[in-house]
Amino acid sequence: MQVALMVPCYIDTFYPHVGIATLELLERLGVDVVYPEEQTCCGQPMANSGCYEEARATEEHYARVFSSFDCVVTPSGSCTHHIRNKFSAGSDSPEKQNLVRNTYDLVEFLHDVLKVREFPWATFEHKVALHTSCSAIRGLNMASMSERVHDPVFSKPKALLSGVPGIELVEFERVDECCGFGGTFAVTEEAVSAKMGFDKLAFMQKASPDCIVSSDMSCLMHLQGCARRQKQDIPFYHLAEVLNGVSL
Amino acid sequence: MSPTLALSRNKILDSVRANQRAAQPMPTIPHFHTNQPSDLVTAFRESIARMAGVVVTEDVPDLDSFLRATFPGAKVICSAIPEYAGTIKPASFNHWAEASAIDVCILRSPMGVAETGSVLLSDLELHVNTVAFLAHDLVVLLDPKQIVANIHDAYEHPHFKLRPYSVLMTGPSGSGDIGGIVVHPAQAAKTLTVILAPAPDARQRTA
Amino acid sequence: MSSPIDQAKNAEKFLADTVHEQRLDKLLWAMRMRRDAAARLVPEWEELRTLASEIKEHALSHLSDYLTQFEAKATANGVIVHWARDAHEHNQIVYDLLAEQGADTLVKSKSMLTEECELRPFLERRGIRVTETDLGERIQQLDDQPPGHIVGPAIHKTTKDVALLFSQKYGSDPNNEDVAYLAGVMRENTRPDFLKARAGMTGANFLVAETGAIVVATNEGNADLSANTPELHICSVGIEKIIPTMESLAVFIRLLARSATGDTITQYTSTFRGPRKGAAMHVILVDNGRSARLGMNRFWHSLKCIRCAACMNTCPVYRRSGGLSYGSTYMGPIGIIMMPTFEIRKYSELPFSSTLNGSCTNVCPVKIDIHEQIYGWREVMEENDQIQVVKKEAMRVADEVLSHPTLYHIATTTLSPALEVLPHFAVYNRLNAWGKHRDVPEPARGTFHEWYRNHRPNRNEVER
Repeated sequence: MQVALMVPCYIDTFYPHVGIATLELLERLGVDVVYPEEQTCCGQPMANSGCYEEARATEEHYARVFSSFDCVVTPSGSCTHHIRNKFSAGSDSPEKQNLVRNTYDLVEFLHDVLKVREFPWATFEHKVALHTSCSAIRGLNMASMSERVHDPVFSKPKALLSGVPGIELVEFERVDECCGFGGTFAVTEEAVSAKMGFDKLAFMQKASPDCIVSSDMSCLMHLQGCARRQKQDIPFYHLAEVLNGVSL
Repeated sequence: MSPTLALSRNKILDSVRANQRAAQPMPTIPHFHTNQPSDLVTAFRESIARMAGVVVTEDVPDLDSFLRATFPGAKVICSAIPEYAGTIKPASFNHWAEASAIDVCILRSPMGVAETGSVLLSDLELHVNTVAFLAHDLVVLLDPKQIVANIHDAYEHPHFKLRPYSVLMTGPSGSGDIGGIVVHPAQAAKTLTVILAPAPDARQRTA
Repeated sequence: MSSPIDQAKNAEKFLADTVHEQRLDKLLWAMRMRRDAAARLVPEWEELRTLASEIKEHALSHLSDYLTQFEAKATANGVIVHWARDAHEHNQIVYDLLAEQGADTLVKSKSMLTEECELRPFLERRGIRVTETDLGERIQQLDDQPPGHIVGPAIHKTTKDVALLFSQKYGSDPNNEDVAYLAGVMRENTRPDFLKARAGMTGANFLVAETGAIVVATNEGNADLSANTPELHICSVGIEKIIPTMESLAVFIRLLARSATGDTITQYTSTFRGPRKGAAMHVILVDNGRSARLGMNRFWHSLKCIRCAACMNTCPVYRRSGGLSYGSTYMGPIGIIMMPTFEIRKYSELPFSSTLNGSCTNVCPVKIDIHEQIYGWREVMEENDQIQVVKKEAMRVADEVLSHPTLYHIATTTLSPALEVLPHFAVYNRLNAWGKHRDVPEPARGTFHEWYRNHRPNRNEVER
C-alpha cells in the first residue's frame, strides 16, 4: 500500500521540520511514502469562515491531487476533520468518497492502521504536557470528551506517546478546553483567542512540563505565539517529532 | 374568541403546518428503576439535605410543642392538617395575600421523591396556595411509605392530572444569582422541615 | 441599515476588565464541573439526552396537533388561551389584560420570551410599573442592563457590584457584601410588591399538551408568588415549548437543573393547570418567528432548547466575553444559532464568535448540534451576502493562490511574503491582528516542498 503524504500549507511554510519528521517516521515504519508535489492546501481556512464558494477551487485542486490514492496521511487533525467531515468540493462523486474514506490523521494512521505502539529508536526523558485539538477529539474521536462523563477514558495520542521510552505525560486542569486557535477566529476575535491561549498555557505550566506536544501544529502555532509573547521559552513539539526521536 | 385572536391563531397554526417537519415517532420512556436506591428514606434524606432541607425522623407526638420549640418567635401558626388546630386555618384567609401574616405553616404532603428530596403539594393540601410561599417557615409531614424512587414515578401521581396547581418543592427557597453563591432563603420559605410520620387517614393516600 | 453587533470588540472590552472576566470564567467553569458531577451520578444520562431529543423532535413534528390539544385541555380547565404572532401582538395582549383588570403594577418572574418581546419598556411607556421578581433579573432591571445569562441574569456582577447597586436603589449598606444580607434586602423590598400586585406574570419552561398545563421551574419561589398571589396570572410561552405528556416531562425535569447548575431539581417545579377559585389564568402562546424557524432545514433543531444555559457555561468564548458582549436576548452558543433568525444582518457576525470546538453540543441536554449549526450559519451568511466584502475578497485571493501550485510556491518560497499569505490575508485588516497579543511565527528557512525536492529526488509524483 502506498501512502501519499499531505503536508498542510502552514506546516509547509512555517514548520517544515514537522513534515520532515512525519516523513522520516513513516519511512522508519516501513511505509512506502510519496509526496505529491502539486499539493497546496485542503481549503479549510476559507471553508471554516463560511466562505465555501471561495474554498471550491482549492478543494477541487486538492481532490485532483489526492483522490486516487488508497491512503493519504497528514500530521493535522484539523485538516483531516475538514476533509472527512466538511469537504464540499464536487458532488458526492467516487473521488470525493475516496478522499473521505482514505484520509487519515497521522495519529489515526499509526494507532488504528499500523497499530504501532513502540518507538524504540526514540527516547524522551522529559515531562510532556499533551494537548489534543478539538478537531481531533470531537471531529475524529481521537480521545474521549470530558463532557461525556460515562464514556470510557481513552486517548490515541497518549497511547502512542506512552511508547516512547522515558516520557512522562503530566496531568493538568481543563485538559480538553479549546486552546483558542479556532482557525480564522484567531484573528477575527484575537483578544479572546489570545486569552484562551494564555489560560491554557497557565494550566499546563502548573504541572511543570518540560515541553508542550500536540498532533495539531495549528494549536501549537497559536500557543507558541502566546508563550513567546509572555517571554516563555518552553519548547513546542509536534507528536511526529517526538515519535521520530527528536531530542529537547 | 375575538376575530383578531382567531386570525392570529389560524395564521400561526397555518405557518406551523406549512413548516412542520416529517413526523418523528414518540419514543418509549423507561422509568429507570434498575438504578434506584434500595433505601428510599435514606436517599430522600440525603437529597433534601443537599438542598438545605431538614428532616425529622424521630417521633413527634406533640406537634404543638415541637412547633413552639422549633420556632419560638412564631405567633401565627397556620395549620393545613386536620389533626392540629394551630392558631389559624387556611380557610380563614379571604385573599391570597393575607397568608403573608403566617410565621409557620404546617402541611401534609402526599408524596416524597427520593431522587431529588422533593415533596409534592397541591391546592388540595394547601387550600390557599400562598400559604406555602408567604409563610416564613414550612413544616411538612410526609409518610415515609409515600416516598417514590424517582421523578418518573413522581409524575404518575394523580394530582398532576387533576389539580389546578401542584408543586414539587425541594428545600427552602434559594438563589445563586448574586455572585454565583448559593444562599437561602430567597423570596419564599426560609426553612423547610420534613417530619417523617405515617399518614393518619387512609383518605390522604388517594386524594 | 444598522451595522452588525461587533461581539469581538465588546469581548475585548470585557477582557480588559480582568477582575470581572477572571471571575466569570472561573464561576461558569465551576458550573460546568457541577453539571459533570451531576451527570456522573445518573448512569442513564446519555439515554435521557437521547430521549429528550427524540421527544422534542416528535413534538415539533406534530406541533400543530399538540398546540390545539393544549388549547382544548387548558380551555376546558378554565384557562383562557391567547395566540400572538409576534412581539407586538404579545405585548398588546398583556397590556389589554392588565388594563381590563385595572392593574397598573405587575410582578413578574423570569421569562426570556418577555425579554425577546421587549415587554417591559412597552408596558412602562403605558404607565404600568413592572417589578422583576427574579433576583438576577431585578438586579439587571435596577441597573438598566439586559440579562447577561439566561439562568443567572446578573452572574457577571460581583457581590461588590450588587452591594453598591442595592445601596443606591434600596438604601442598604454599600459595604455589606454578604450574599445572605443582599438576598434579604431583595426579599424585604419585593415582598410588598407581591402583596399589592393585582396581576402577576410568569413564563413557562414547558407546555404539556396532555393536561393543558404549564410548568415553571425556579429556585426562589418568585414565580409561584407571582402566579398565586394576585387575582390575575398571565403566562407567556413560546409555542416550541410544548411536550406531549406528563410522562415525557419527567425526562426534561431530570435533565434541566442538572445541566444548569448541577442540582438534581430546582426548589420549585410547579404545574399550573387551571386558575384558582376566584382568580383568572391566561396563557399567551407566542410565535415570533418560531414557526418560520421550524421550516429551516439545518436550523430547526434549535427549537428543542430548554433554556438550561449549559452551553454558555462550557463555552470558552462566552466565559471570556461575558453575555452582554453578544448584544442579544439569547447569548453564547444557543444565541449564535437563534439570533440570526430574528435579524440576520444585526447578528451576522455572531456565528464567527466561536472556535467550533463542539463542547456545547456535548453538554446540550436535548442534543442540539450547536457547533454544526454555527458552521452552517457561516455558510448562510456567505449565501446571504452578510460577510464583509473585504473579508470575502481576502478569501477569494486565498483561494486563487491556494488552487494554483505555481502561485502557491512563489508565495511560500520567498522568505517574508509567506507571512503575508498565511495566516493573514492582507486585505482584511482584522486578519492582520494576529500579532496584537501574540508573537507571529518565524518564517522557516525553506519550505517542506523545497526540502523534499532536495532530499528525496528519486521519489517523484506517481503518474495516475
